[in-house]
Amino acid sequence: MTTTTPPPTETTEQQPWTPVPVDSSGISRAWRDAVVVTRRNLRHFMRKPRLLVFSTIQPVMFVLLFAYVFAGTVGQDLPDGLDYLSYLLPGIFVQSTMFRTTQTAVGLAEDLEKGVVDRFRSMPMTRSAVLLGRTLADLVRGMAVIVLMVLVGYLIGFRFTEGPVAAIGSMLVVGLFGFGLSWAFVLVGLKVPGAEAAQSAGFVFVFPLVFVSSVFVPLETLPSGLAAFAAISPITLAADSARALAIGSGPWLPPTLGTLAWTVALLAVFVPLSVRAYTAPPE
Amino acid sequence: MTDLVVEVEQVTRSFGDFEALTGVDLTLRRGNVLGLLGPNGAGKTTLVSILATLLPPTTGSARVLGLDVVADAAAVRRRIGLTGQYAAVDGLLTGRENLQMFGELFHLRPRDAARRADELLERFDLVDAADRRASTYSGGMRRRLDLASSLLVRPELLFLDEPTTGLDPRSRQQIWQAVRELVGQGMTLLLTTQYLEEADQLADRIAVIDRGAIIAEGTGDELKEQVGGQVVEVVLVDDSGQDEARRALSGVGRVEAGTPTPDGRARFVVAPDVDGPGGVALLAAVSTRLDDHDVAVRDVGLRRPTLDDVFLELTGGTPAEVPA
Repeated sequence: MTTTTPPPTETTEQQPWTPVPVDSSGISRAWRDAVVVTRRNLRHFMRKPRLLVFSTIQPVMFVLLFAYVFAGTVGQDLPDGLDYLSYLLPGIFVQSTMFRTTQTAVGLAEDLEKGVVDRFRSMPMTRSAVLLGRTLADLVRGMAVIVLMVLVGYLIGFRFTEGPVAAIGSMLVVGLFGFGLSWAFVLVGLKVPGAEAAQSAGFVFVFPLVFVSSVFVPLETLPSGLAAFAAISPITLAADSARALAIGSGPWLPPTLGTLAWTVALLAVFVPLSVRAYTAPPE
Repeated sequence: MTDLVVEVEQVTRSFGDFEALTGVDLTLRRGNVLGLLGPNGAGKTTLVSILATLLPPTTGSARVLGLDVVADAAAVRRRIGLTGQYAAVDGLLTGRENLQMFGELFHLRPRDAARRADELLERFDLVDAADRRASTYSGGMRRRLDLASSLLVRPELLFLDEPTTGLDPRSRQQIWQAVRELVGQGMTLLLTTQYLEEADQLADRIAVIDRGAIIAEGTGDELKEQVGGQVVEVVLVDDSGQDEARRALSGVGRVEAGTPTPDGRARFVVAPDVDGPGGVALLAAVSTRLDDHDVAVRDVGLRRPTLDDVFLELTGGTPAEVPA
């Protein structure tokens, strides 16, 4: 990487000072462009009060509703020594992350409706930075929501039991899985015109996946057909991984490796498809 | 380095069955200002999008700064600036944050981007609004911010796509002033506009585009010459009697309905036929005919053709008026 430092020279009135772009290699430039776009998206998030409030209230509400409504019925089916709140909270990490990934499609679809992306396209920036900036911002936001849910969980009696490293691991594995999945929704946002349509498309897909999994209830309580589907669902893997790392509900390594493998697979499929869909010239 | 900054050869562009450009040839020299003048839907924005690498041409070749807009798109983007028809700034960011962001995406160091943002805010009279969100800006302020965003790194060629459409007169003057300063610094500009006055004021050369093709090109004066010397303008007392006036004037010259006067009186422009009477003789013929047919006339006179007349002559349609 060559970083030439141009001397900021004041010249004549006819040719005012103009800064010279830093010359750098492709990868570092792509990363910096993505960081700039990420910062923009996080600012957007902070400046849309309704979005900020509802996207944080909703997961907290889910924690409280499920913890108190289902504690009685579902709690009886849990293995001995496991209370429902402990079982539920890592699952809610996954649920909120899944729902949040649909917002990736919405945010991107909204961007594409605005002129600012046209300006991005006419600029020398790395084109895929618009997509990476979107998914990175959504990852940051998703992690913030998980931390908030942990705080609320602690207020009502939840405790991590496997040590701080495992606790952080349980949050990270869900965040990374969400990052992988959000690239699928990048493709949805690019292909489905309009923000609202993108959101509907997302929910049709995400709702059944989340409910037919070990997110809210143990698989044994599901009807056998659904349980068979849930057993092979990556959502179950993610929930089991987060739960094992958070409260030691079972072996942590197999579901964690499984979740990371899914994450890699999602990225391998959807990053190239999305980048191609975005950078290909229209028609 | 070639002196031709824009070279367009036989470019067409279709959207499905619709042919937005039907075969455009165009050149622009370094340091010149080309006005691309045409009504809504003529293909101006499509042509600019192709030159700014946002759209590939369907057929034909377009080169910008000697580089092919398809094969060398990335290199083209490093050297051009584009200010679009709809101000492409981020409404949720402040003016300063917009400039900082675009500056960093032009790969300026953050410190340089900040300094440049300050300068541009100053130059475009946005200092007081610098830390307000762009969504609170007036139309004129947004356009100025948009223009400033194109100048973070000095482009070798700047596209201004209808820079003043929909602006009030004062904002339009401010944009014109900024554009004149850029021209004074030797910037090469391609400007699209629906407004004849704008093209006349800002551009060295004007290309008239209609239904996807360039139908005339030249300096403002050359285009006015195409109408052929002087024209006779007739203003009726009101907006009735137009059919009567047309009947009266048939055969005298080429009669086109002009834009009505601000107070609602009908207006006609009579251009001389190639082999017919011109000048005072044409004026006399028009006056006689109108008098014979008892058309109630408010005003009749001889004048030099304006670009409006050129536009009428070339397209048979009425161009947009610069809003008063």
